[in-house]
Amino acid sequence: MPKIREEENLIFVSVPSPLGGLSTRIMLKEIRLLLYKEFMLESRQKQSLNGIILYLVSTIFVCKMSFRSLPQPAAWNALFWIIMLFASVNAAGKSFIQDSRARFVYMYTLASPQAIIIAKVLYNMLLMLLLSIIGFVVYVILLGGNPIQNMPLFLADVVLGSMGFSCVLTTMSAIASRTSNSFTLMAVLSFPILLPLLMTVLKISKNALDGLDPAISYKYLLILASINVITGVLSYLLFPYLWKD
Amino acid sequence: MNIKKNWWKILASVCLLYTVIEGFIGEVPAREILNETIRNLYFHVPMWFGMMTLLFISVIYGIRHLRNGRMRDDLIARESAHAGVAMGILGLITGSLWARYTWGTWWTSDTKLNGAAITMLIYFAYFVLRGSVEDEQKRARLSAVYSIFAFVMMMVFIMILPRMEDSLHPGNGGNPGFSKYDLDSKMRMVFYPAVLGWILLGVWIMTIRVRIATLENQLHEPTFTDHPTL
Repeated sequence: MPKIREEENLIFVSVPSPLGGLSTRIMLKEIRLLLYKEFMLESRQKQSLNGIILYLVSTIFVCKMSFRSLPQPAAWNALFWIIMLFASVNAAGKSFIQDSRARFVYMYTLASPQAIIIAKVLYNMLLMLLLSIIGFVVYVILLGGNPIQNMPLFLADVVLGSMGFSCVLTTMSAIASRTSNSFTLMAVLSFPILLPLLMTVLKISKNALDGLDPAISYKYLLILASINVITGVLSYLLFPYLWKD
Repeated sequence: MNIKKNWWKILASVCLLYTVIEGFIGEVPAREILNETIRNLYFHVPMWFGMMTLLFISVIYGIRHLRNGRMRDDLIARESAHAGVAMGILGLITGSLWARYTWGTWWTSDTKLNGAAITMLIYFAYFVLRGSVEDEQKRARLSAVYSIFAFVMMMVFIMILPRMEDSLHPGNGGNPGFSKYDLDSKMRMVFYPAVLGWILLGVWIMTIRVRIATLENQLHEPTFTDHPTL
């Protein structure tokens, strides 16, 4: 990890309220460094990423053994996204729960909470994209063939879906990590909030599956994008209240 | 009793007395399928108005708590959520009964019903979250953040879902609202006071619960009496 220079370090500490206090340049730099830190940590502790991928593959395999085959597109679609939902909750859950208390405090003396949440959301988004792609490939191989007729629409759905999932789940993970039973709470808090997102994602991917005219789906893509904006803004605004003790 | 301060409690009582009397023995339009169950309009629909009002109060006080850190705001947010959820449960029960006699089933997968169920799930999660944090200040802050996030997403859900699915419920999926059944506007004369009465009753229950909780706090922690905010 590149060293944060002494004078910058001082700037971060001396700004009492980061809301509006930091310049965009410093913020971007912080985000870049924090993202770098996340990738660095991930590459050093490969077992946690491998664990999530294995979780995903095992779940798909269990589904394959239970269902044998899924001839109906609606069931294929629903099952895929339910598997992705559980994998995402697990993957994002660790983003704050995993961090130790001491590291938490240390991080906040170095960077503004806004930079931290943006970096975490971006990182989780990339993680979820990766999981979706791996999940999709394994799912297609195990459950016999790719029934999707409109691949670009499906990909757009996956990208936008990962963004929304990441915004909601990162914030929920931040909340859950401060409580005594974080793993149960992670699921309990996220599932009802994720539903509007999940319903929209399901709808678009069903349209992609059936190869409907893309014009029908633009409305839903727009809904999905606006949900992402709403969740993104909420995470950005509310996160500073979550980290202080 | 201070009339200037408590006039709304009198208004609530009068409205509810009027609702109950007029709702059960008053004249209602005879409509097929609905028959006498149309009277449920005075009880089922205002429950949701009451619930949404209380949950909105809860979110507003959550935001206030985040801004000034006062524990009393958190207390009001908590008790509003309690009262709101209680009204939501009553709304579910009255709705379920109504569905049994008009649609022929206690529960069906419908936009409005799903929205109501999600709302309940969100607020149960809110109480579980509150129960899992020991520290008072931290609990107040976390639950305020969650309730703001959840309330916004709930509104999104209630707004977008009806655009995706059809619905049996009046006022959804191309179905007419109740104004169509109420041709001579006689029901409105009971419905509006009913809504007002139930909302006020919900707020009243909330204020009583806040007072009880404040007294209990003072009982258990005597130092609270010289704390200016409680």
